[in-house]
Amino acid sequence: MSEFLAMGGYAAFVWPTWVASVLALVGLAVHALLERRAAREALRRLEEDEA
Amino acid sequence: MLSYFSNPQRFDQLARVLIPLFGGLALILLGVGVWLSFFASPPDYQQGETIRIMYVHVPAAYMAMALYAALAVASFVYFVWRHALADAAAEVIAPLGAVFTILALFTGSLWGKPMWGTWWEWDARMTSVLVLLLVYLGYMALRAALEDAQQAARTGAILAMAGIINLVIVKFSVDWWSSLHQPASVIRFDGPTIHASQLWPLAVMAVAYTFLAGWLVLYRLRSQALRRRARTLQRQREQVARQLEEAVS
Repeated sequence: MSEFLAMGGYAAFVWPTWVASVLALVGLAVHALLERRAAREALRRLEEDEA
Repeated sequence: MLSYFSNPQRFDQLARVLIPLFGGLALILLGVGVWLSFFASPPDYQQGETIRIMYVHVPAAYMAMALYAALAVASFVYFVWRHALADAAAEVIAPLGAVFTILALFTGSLWGKPMWGTWWEWDARMTSVLVLLLVYLGYMALRAALEDAQQAARTGAILAMAGIINLVIVKFSVDWWSSLHQPASVIRFDGPTIHASQLWPLAVMAVAYTFLAGWLVLYRLRSQALRRRARTLQRQREQVARQLEEAVS
């Protein structure tokens, strides 16, 4: 396990690369989901005002 | 076909099918890709374990370029046929492309340090990718700065189409100038020159990134349709209020 984590001495380069990639992809997906929620909410409020 | 899917309702129907499909495929392929990247591919005989940086660096760089190509195509379609959906797509694609470009630069830097001995070099490949990021950011700033939506769409489309020159420079920078960066080893006329044990994780990750980007674009396009509907509603209401006010006075 510790050998795996050491990445042949390149842990300081391999892991930040993967962490940054995962954070970016997850961040994009979460942003898209939250944006949908906000947009739906804003439209609902506008339509409620109408009624 | 273009005009067929430019119908908003038809696009919505298609998106409803493609969104879960793309999302599901992206998740499965990312899982397989991570497994292949860490457990099913050996360390490189020269680069050792840093080869595992490639499995996320190359897909990010490929998406940075593919999304720019998509942005340019959407801009062209909007510019020529004035399809609102094409402009909406361009608006959604640009920030996504910028994120993948940042990711490509960042992971490239983390690969460059152990293998080339430097985080950054002002050579043709790296500099042209930095310019790609600046073009994305410039496009977004331009759209944000122009208040008239139609003017923002048209001016943005011109900028995006002009920027295609830089995309060509990014692609061929490693052939035209001497660069620290290696030349293409996957997309080349005589076929890939990397070993299957490294090509497989790379290919799976690249396809996973493609489906994820497709999911993001379609998902955000549907949210944007909601936002545009809200904006229209808001504007109608303001107009009614103004007319009422005028009638009273």
